[in-house]
Amino acid sequence: MGRIEWAMWANEQALAAGLILLAGGIVGVAGQFRGWEFASYAIAAGVFVCLLEYPRSKRAKGTSVERTGQYCFTVCVKAFGPVTRNYYVRAFLHAALCVPGGFMLATVLGCVCLGIASLIYLAAAVRGEHWEPILPRKDTRKPVAESIKSPPQNPPPRPPPEIRRKQAKDVEGAAYDNPMSVTDDE
Amino acid sequence: MGNFVANEGLSIFVILVWLGINAYLFVQFYMNFLVERWFYTRVLLGHALSWARAPAACLNFNCMLILLPVCRNLLSFLRGSIQCCSRTAARQLDRNLTFHKLVAYMIAFHTAVHIIAHLFNFEYFMDAQLNRNHSHLPFILSEIGNDENVSFLNPIRSNETSPTIVMFTTIAGLTGVVITLALILIITSSMEVIRRSYFEVFWYTHHLFVIFFIGLVFHGFGRIVRGQTSRSLDSNDPDVCADRFEDWGKNESGCAVPAFAGNPPMTWKWVVGPMFLYVCERLVRIYRSHQKVVITKVVMHPSKTLELQMKKKGFHMEVGQYVFIQCPSISRLEWHPFTLTSAPEEDYFSVHVRIVGDWTQALYEACGGNKSELQEAWKLPKVAIDGPFGTASEDVFRYEVVMLVGAGIGVTPFASILKSVWYKHIQNNEGVFTKKIYFYWLCPETEAFEWFADLLQSLERQMAEKDMADFLSYNIYLTRWKEKEAAHLRVHHEDENDPITGLKQKTLYGKPNWDNEFTNIASTHPGSKVGVFLCGPPMLGKSLEKESISHTEAGVKFIFNKENF
Repeated sequence: MGRIEWAMWANEQALAAGLILLAGGIVGVAGQFRGWEFASYAIAAGVFVCLLEYPRSKRAKGTSVERTGQYCFTVCVKAFGPVTRNYYVRAFLHAALCVPGGFMLATVLGCVCLGIASLIYLAAAVRGEHWEPILPRKDTRKPVAESIKSPPQNPPPRPPPEIRRKQAKDVEGAAYDNPMSVTDDE
Repeated sequence: MGNFVANEGLSIFVILVWLGINAYLFVQFYMNFLVERWFYTRVLLGHALSWARAPAACLNFNCMLILLPVCRNLLSFLRGSIQCCSRTAARQLDRNLTFHKLVAYMIAFHTAVHIIAHLFNFEYFMDAQLNRNHSHLPFILSEIGNDENVSFLNPIRSNETSPTIVMFTTIAGLTGVVITLALILIITSSMEVIRRSYFEVFWYTHHLFVIFFIGLVFHGFGRIVRGQTSRSLDSNDPDVCADRFEDWGKNESGCAVPAFAGNPPMTWKWVVGPMFLYVCERLVRIYRSHQKVVITKVVMHPSKTLELQMKKKGFHMEVGQYVFIQCPSISRLEWHPFTLTSAPEEDYFSVHVRIVGDWTQALYEACGGNKSELQEAWKLPKVAIDGPFGTASEDVFRYEVVMLVGAGIGVTPFASILKSVWYKHIQNNEGVFTKKIYFYWLCPETEAFEWFADLLQSLERQMAEKDMADFLSYNIYLTRWKEKEAAHLRVHHEDENDPITGLKQKTLYGKPNWDNEFTNIASTHPGSKVGVFLCGPPMLGKSLEKESISHTEAGVKFIFNKENF
């Protein structure tokens, strides 16, 4: 398990937790359960966690796979600089966010899932991982070399005479399609 | 157009049957809780009761199914038995992992419905306890069980608790939380990103399914869902007595106090069979892993490929099968799948391992890869083998015309097939049904050619000697190349042998034009069934599948088989 980047799994877990918190909150509010204030908090917290966790980080090793349409989220999350880059901050943030969810049955599951995500982020932070935005690569075209300015004026050089003599013995092997017509009928 | 049904028909049928059974169970169990027996329960819960019980039945069904597609040895055995009857049915068993995932998604969906319904149930139960009004039927119902020894209806027994506390103090609630957490962890670690890059996390976390199944079996032991007993229905008929609830138990009313009991736990009946089969599967794997395996030869190939030749007593394989390899000195718990690259006719079996991760790197070092001198035989690591397991490649010789497509390392099962072809024609014992093989190898870099080129060279020589040059038509495509190599190739373009592989057949550049290839093959072999076999990336699989379907017309049928791990 040496190469595991815990943050990748923490990210999946936190995103799932955000969705579960959101769903639990919606049920709590829609059903007008007791403690629905906690449910409305859970809706807000769930949305916030989803927005924060949606953009995947760039992997330290290997190719990173973006989630669909994550670019705008990447830009927003990047704007917060060190706060979102550091996983210790995320771990404590998720731990704090999950606590109010524990007070109501509908949001307990989201609370526990977010708590687990927080623990995995802590493991990631201890191992020195941090969040890197996945930005589109700017393609720099190599500048065309100076010598290529105009097409060649002369025909390509023929192989040296010895080779030409060898090819004469093997007519089949020497045959090739001339790109330009050489007959003077046209 | 194409014959979609030939390729996909059976899969679609299986999926429809499965969805149909799910729908039937859902509706059936929904209706089961609308009967008289559950009248008083419904007074408290309304339809939320049925909404919780219906997905529970579907969960029982799907949890029964989910273990079956991953019993590799059982599937191999079934595959062998079905193959004599129907090739199409046997091919269905290749899609076991897809089915496993579909069932998993269904379990997640039903879990969500079940949990949401129970959230409402707990809320309603709590409401009934909190609204302490003696002229309110739900409260009277909740009071039953407090004084007499008559068993209760409302699992929440007092108004000084909360649904959360009750959940953590009942068997059903506690097991429910534990198994839902296990399910969520399993699902998040099974996401494609995690699975492909950090296989160990996926594999170890997936073993939480043990906790899942244990919790699932005990989930119903508390008998928390209670309905009226049949004896009680005789003395308290809800139709008549529901309105007279204030007079229950009094002699003149004719209505006794109703008594309730929970349903006996049912889940174990659904899952005990598959759990037993899975336990057998793991025992078979353990037994096989203890059989002694000896590494007879280690070959280091360029492009970070390691070849291991091994022998094991009683080992018997077919073409294109794969094995799981474990190396206790690297990791006691990890088993990794590798395709067998040797032919059944050889007296050893071999795998070619590409060194890409922790485990393969450790295997490389354990076999002396980073040492310059030869490794002593007794220093080679001990390995254990589970398998071989069959995949679609076994079917190759049942087709008259065959198209084999391998991308990069995906060519390995076809190494086995080509070698086997060679041996079969040498021995000439059996009339080989396969008359023509079209082989396509797509490779991004030239170094990867080395070990396979040797095989193709010797095949080329043998076929020329036996005057069978037509039997195998192979095309190697170099999909990426570097500037320096391009210059070298341009100069040597007219050479008799290909400058990269040394073969007479020239290497082609770029990607093949599949439309042309399929059309040519279709016109060369009218009226035959052409098997198309792929081991490679899913994108390629999709385009080949599309081409197979679209080029299948009256007469020529292209049947697409994909290898998957």
